[in-house]
Amino acid sequence: MNRFAALIDALVFMPSRNGKIRLLIDHFAETPDPERGWALAALTGSLSFREAKPAAIRQLVATRVDPELFALSYDYVGDLAETVALIWPERPERANSLPPSLDEVVRGLHDVKRGQVMELVEGWLDTLDASGRFALLKLITGSLRIGVSARLAKTALAEWGKLDIAEVEEVWHGLTPPYAGLFAWAEGRGERPAAGHGAGFRPMMLSHPLEEEDRTALDPAAYCAEWKWDGIRVQLVARDGQRRVYSRTGDELSGAFPDVADHMLFDAVLDGELLVARDGVVAPFNDLQQRLNRKSVTAAMLRDGPAWVRLYDILFDGGEDLRGLPFSERRARLERWYEAVRPRRMDLSPLVPFQGWEQLAALREGARENGIEGLMLKRRDSPYLGGRPKGPWFKWKRGALTLDTVLMYAQRGHGKRSSFYSDFTFGVWRGAELVPVGKAYFGFTDAELVELDRWVRNHTVRKYGPVREVSAGLVLEVAFDSVHPSTRHKSGLAMRFPRIHRIRWDKPAPEADRLETLARMVVGADAAA
Amino acid sequence: MRLWDEGAGAMALAWARPILGGMAPALHPQPLPSGRPHPDRWIKVQPEGLYVEPGGFHIDPVRPVERAVVTHGHSDHARPGNRHVLATPATLAIMAQRMGEAAPASTQPLEYGEPIRIGDVLVRLVPAGHVLGSAQVVLEHAGSRVVVSGDYKRRLDRTCAPFEPVPCDVFVTEATFGLPVFRHPPDLGEVEKLLHSMALFPERSHVVGAYALGKCQRVITLLRAAGYDRPVYLHGALEPLCTLYGRFGVELGELRPATVAAREELKGALVLAPPAAATDRWARRLSDPVVAMASGWMRVRQRARQRGVELPLVISDHADWDELTQTLEDVGAPEVWVTHGREEALVHHATRRGIRARALALIGFEEEDLEEAAVKGEGARGKGA
Ligand SMILES: [Zn+2]
Ligand SMILES: [Zn+2]
Repeated sequence: MNRFAALIDALVFMPSRNGKIRLLIDHFAETPDPERGWALAALTGSLSFREAKPAAIRQLVATRVDPELFALSYDYVGDLAETVALIWPERPERANSLPPSLDEVVRGLHDVKRGQVMELVEGWLDTLDASGRFALLKLITGSLRIGVSARLAKTALAEWGKLDIAEVEEVWHGLTPPYAGLFAWAEGRGERPAAGHGAGFRPMMLSHPLEEEDRTALDPAAYCAEWKWDGIRVQLVARDGQRRVYSRTGDELSGAFPDVADHMLFDAVLDGELLVARDGVVAPFNDLQQRLNRKSVTAAMLRDGPAWVRLYDILFDGGEDLRGLPFSERRARLERWYEAVRPRRMDLSPLVPFQGWEQLAALREGARENGIEGLMLKRRDSPYLGGRPKGPWFKWKRGALTLDTVLMYAQRGHGKRSSFYSDFTFGVWRGAELVPVGKAYFGFTDAELVELDRWVRNHTVRKYGPVREVSAGLVLEVAFDSVHPSTRHKSGLAMRFPRIHRIRWDKPAPEADRLETLARMVVGADAAA
Repeated sequence: MRLWDEGAGAMALAWARPILGGMAPALHPQPLPSGRPHPDRWIKVQPEGLYVEPGGFHIDPVRPVERAVVTHGHSDHARPGNRHVLATPATLAIMAQRMGEAAPASTQPLEYGEPIRIGDVLVRLVPAGHVLGSAQVVLEHAGSRVVVSGDYKRRLDRTCAPFEPVPCDVFVTEATFGLPVFRHPPDLGEVEKLLHSMALFPERSHVVGAYALGKCQRVITLLRAAGYDRPVYLHGALEPLCTLYGRFGVELGELRPATVAAREELKGALVLAPPAAATDRWARRLSDPVVAMASGWMRVRQRARQRGVELPLVISDHADWDELTQTLEDVGAPEVWVTHGREEALVHHATRRGIRARALALIGFEEEDLEEAAVKGEGARGKGA
């Protein structure tokens, strides 16, 4: 556990991506099986322990620490594992017993009888130091959130073993922790593991935002354009009699979207955008939001917010892997496949013909229809590559709207911002009163965050737990993609994807925008009502 | 005993004040069982800060006042603009150094332990163990004793006199680290972390962010105590106070300026810089620096991470949770006023221990380790207000 804890600590504090890869490579090279395999599993989110949930950990700590002091500490630190790791009262008489190895922890949690998990965890917490406690708690709650993505961990493994990252991704879904076969392959001691794909997730191809200088350098004739729909990217996998809907990070959504999964009566792997649509008209993102983050759905939700998939690409047709084909050929295959299969609840995302960048720019500006986030540009000759290769695919978002708002409430953030006021609720004027219109927690630099945090602390008029109400004195220029009517907000409006564009230290609050101004920015208000 | 009133000259006159006859009614008059007036009748929270009415002076005022008693030289306690200032000689020297032109013209030094009468209050300064010159203010009036601790810590610090617990009726405590998640580990272990990293990466400069007053000098003495005898390099903003500490007899060993010209020389060297410079462009000019930060906040890793710190060192000049709670036991005050930080938890703890406790709503105090003022100038605060 000590080695794993040291790795977690070093990763938390390592600012650079390359430094993190270096640390991971060192760990893989110096740590024996199965410890390194469990570490990789933890970093890729492949471990889950049924009973060691946050609620149980809170209960445990309540037996050792004054609940009020714990609540205040948790509010300050913001992260449960870190709070418990720091506040845990050490028992001097236990400090000399040997801390458990990572393997012992994983196997212990796996084998333990129902109802005895927390007893086991309590014993471990008593023998570990603060770093060890932090690593243990992060591990068992299954959310490391230490700035290392599954992708980065796999990249480090690939680099260390001189393997192709795409190959690692390819075999990944056939593997189980602690990955003895994978490490053997990486060390040249064993065969490449079988790509036991079946209905597993295939790494998705992602795009880069299109910068002005990119565009002028690109040849328009080499690219196809299509609308970028305002839903979430999904991969539909119907293979070996199984039907799965995956998010672009490989999380399964099938349970939340049976109205899509039930209609996947084919043998193929497709790429598309998950939307809510009524009679072929795309509903605002908000409607889709209602259905996300839910493991199961009610009949009412299925009726009121029917799901739809707009198809972009085809990866497999039956057992045939099409990913090596150029985009234009895959597109033709997709169209032929769609004609033949005609799946319900799905349609094709149309291509947008254009002559040159100017015409395309005009099309993009004119697109104010609901559900369009902007344009996608895809090189005609690009194969389907997992990850985010620079060059073949670009997203060209519609220009953002902006509004001058007044800061109303601030709340402590999470993760690395947990001790700063970093979630900001802002409002605009309706008559002489401010009404909240949205919440944003990014768009500012770390230095600006420090200043915002200080401003909040110095202008607090009331505290509600972790939330502070501030005096109306700071103007935030907020950028957002669109605005929609909403019954859930007092103002009757909800912004899509708001972020802080600029902090207007200079602008007096009474000069901020009014609600009427925001109301005029609503798109398709009657369609969405 | 020297009575300030009796001293000769304008300075003493500035502090002389007739004993007040009738006292203004307190908001919550709560006479002590003995019939003595409760201290909240004569110590008031004003927008300027804590006001000792029968003495006619404020303690660490945040806005300019006529008479100020200043506990120590940190910029949130010692502010410019006060007419007359009373403090320890070291604190006055620090204020003169930091404020330059804006330093108070009329000052009165008072040594630790020397009682002085101001108006109807007997005043004594007692070491607080926070930084050089830092003092607790012991106030006696109408049969009660109140101790205003300023900032303090309890562990060994070779750069200043150690905290002295003074039994009292009311203890006014800081609570910068007033949460049980804050337990500063032993200092030497933290310094060893730094030395270990230097051994591991002998080619890289190690830049330690340390507040200019107190922390910087403390880190140096800790390094010396751990046997590090190579020169220590200083960012320009840290030099004057190190020189001043030297004048007050604090041995810091060989110090050299960390200038860009010395880039080659700085490979593998130890550099101290103000926190903001250590995590900023200034440090990036050094060769592949390891950025460390010496602060009690480093205990919370997400905070360290937010600051872009690669090597957090939990070294603080403030009492941690255990020191705060131990101090409440040591002074044995039946009543505690908590200010300056996370008051709620300490109030809760004291109440559970049978001590009457409340939070004092004093404004304007900062957590100096986080404060950028040391490099940006005092103008950084209140921007946009
Ligand atoms: Zn201080
Ligand atoms: Zn202070």
